[in-house]
Amino acid sequence: MVNDLKTYFQTEDGVVKAVDGITFELGKGETIGIVGESGSGKSVTNLSIMRLIPEPPGKIVNGDIIFDGIDVRKLSIDEVRKIRGKRIAMIFQDPMTSLNPFLRISTQLMEVTQLHLGHSKEQAYQHAIKMLETVGIPDAESRVDSYPHEFSGGMRQRVMIAMALSCQPELLIADEPTTALDVTIQAQILELIKNLKSEFGTSVILITHDLGVVAGMTEKIIVMYAGKVFEIAPTAELFSTPANPYTKGLLKSVPDPAHEQGKDLYQIPGLPPDVAHLPPGCPFQPRCYRAEELCVQEFPPFVQINENHRSLCHFAKEVYAESIAEKADKVAVV
Amino acid sequence: MAENVETVKGTSLWKDAWRRLLKNKLAVFGLIVMIIMIVAVIIGPAIIRWTTGFTADYIPSEGDLIKSFPPSAQHPMGTDEAGRDMLARVLQGGRISLMVGVISTIVSLIVGVSYGAIAGYMGGKIDNFMMRLVDIIYAIPYILIVIVLLSVFGGPNTPSFIQTMASTFGGGQALSQIFLLFFALGLVSWLTMARVVRGQILSLKNQEFVMAARATGVSTPNIIFRHLVPNALGPVIVYATLTIPSVMLTEAFLSFLGLGVQAPYASWGSLASDGIKNIAIYPWQLIFPGVTMALTLFSLNFLGDGLRDALDPQTRKF
Repeated sequence: MVNDLKTYFQTEDGVVKAVDGITFELGKGETIGIVGESGSGKSVTNLSIMRLIPEPPGKIVNGDIIFDGIDVRKLSIDEVRKIRGKRIAMIFQDPMTSLNPFLRISTQLMEVTQLHLGHSKEQAYQHAIKMLETVGIPDAESRVDSYPHEFSGGMRQRVMIAMALSCQPELLIADEPTTALDVTIQAQILELIKNLKSEFGTSVILITHDLGVVAGMTEKIIVMYAGKVFEIAPTAELFSTPANPYTKGLLKSVPDPAHEQGKDLYQIPGLPPDVAHLPPGCPFQPRCYRAEELCVQEFPPFVQINENHRSLCHFAKEVYAESIAEKADKVAVV
Repeated sequence: MAENVETVKGTSLWKDAWRRLLKNKLAVFGLIVMIIMIVAVIIGPAIIRWTTGFTADYIPSEGDLIKSFPPSAQHPMGTDEAGRDMLARVLQGGRISLMVGVISTIVSLIVGVSYGAIAGYMGGKIDNFMMRLVDIIYAIPYILIVIVLLSVFGGPNTPSFIQTMASTFGGGQALSQIFLLFFALGLVSWLTMARVVRGQILSLKNQEFVMAARATGVSTPNIIFRHLVPNALGPVIVYATLTIPSVMLTEAFLSFLGLGVQAPYASWGSLASDGIKNIAIYPWQLIFPGVTMALTLFSLNFLGDGLRDALDPQTRKF
């Protein structure tokens, strides 16, 4: 559970509020998706959970990160290290650079279990082979002693997953695990994460900017923008009836196969704001299709639409009603 | 699926580098000369003693008026002014010279690599402080530091740990002087090593595998020495092979001035220093140690250059 987390970076250009008050909860075995544009604070949120923010310039200034009743923020760095890799594991974006090119796959896989499970060399080696088999690397026994450069991108990502799951963590943070891979491999990796999740009962935080990826994987979705949660809702509800103009924009930006050729694809106008110099009003206001004077002046409230659905917008209820109407229209057309 | 597909064993970095090294003729020449030289200085003195009975300290022509004999079948390099066999002395001196080179380089490797790696990984204030310290030491002429170290700690003032080290190897004052030289040279030659390593670590530490290692809970010393230092090894090896000849040259220079290796031990530098006194009459006393040393230094430099090209193919010039 993350409560009102704020991570700021001190830069020459002023304080960058990379993550500014994000709150969410994740139950055991659940999967939550975090989506948003580049620079919206997705990755920083998760680095904060792992306490991997470089200090200085970064600093977690506020909030609680409660993991299984432990406040991660209050732990000493040695205690955090015992949690990292063992109870919370992480998969990184780019499998090409996330493995040490100089060490054998076996060495890197063995390091985790020797460190956290107190395995002997022989045990760790056997465990490494077993993990490679679990993530579907053929001929694991002979490949375990290879170097990373002998593996393809998809295989390296499998190795990363094997490493992350070696100690059967309770929480797996996947930071854009499929961005660097092509679509077929992407589907395989996602399927793998899904299967392993149900096998080990791991909770997953899936960070991505690909709405297609989160749609099939998650129970809940958080939409982030400029370090803030713009909308949080169960996956199905977010896709069918979004209550935030930003989310609507994101959903409309997904290319539709039925889209007429030659016509421009939809995009949200403008660029994400500079988080070091945010205006007092709504950070999305300059790009919003229904912005009004109120949006420039006042920061929007976090509106509770229903039990599980909340949206950061002055007109959340109106947008929600709009979405319901559109949905009804679509059904009527069909 | 074919059953008897041969699994291709990936060529490791070292194999690859070795192949490239063998293509470089000068480097191969250097390598061969170095191998011969190392074998010669290790077993050479024993062979000479066994075949002719000469050692570096043995004076066969006791009583003769002139003791400096020119090269002959009996003395391939002639004798020195005390009548000692030059070949035996050159080989004996080679032992000391090569040892100075290797041991001082090891000292500089240990100090330089750990210092540079820690400074580079820690970054920020610690890095700044550590590297400014290096800059300050850099600013003082290193030869001055060595001379001061040798004259302050030389003679009876030698630190006791060096004296005990010398006596465990069965040597007295003169040997502890040589050990002092190892340390003095090692302690001034780590500076550039530290900079090289720091630069490497700086470019490596922001790579994702370091973050991945941190995310799996690996401790900081482990990240530095298990994950980062091996990645910086290429330039370190290259720089180390180039440090050996430069340290040897410094040693020769110091011995030539009479500050380094002292009798009864000899090094190429002190042999050359003895030889220069009689250069007009007995030129072989200078030529043989001089040529041997020059050959060795050239070979080491060729080898170092070859290794750099082999280990760092990106910067290879065609």
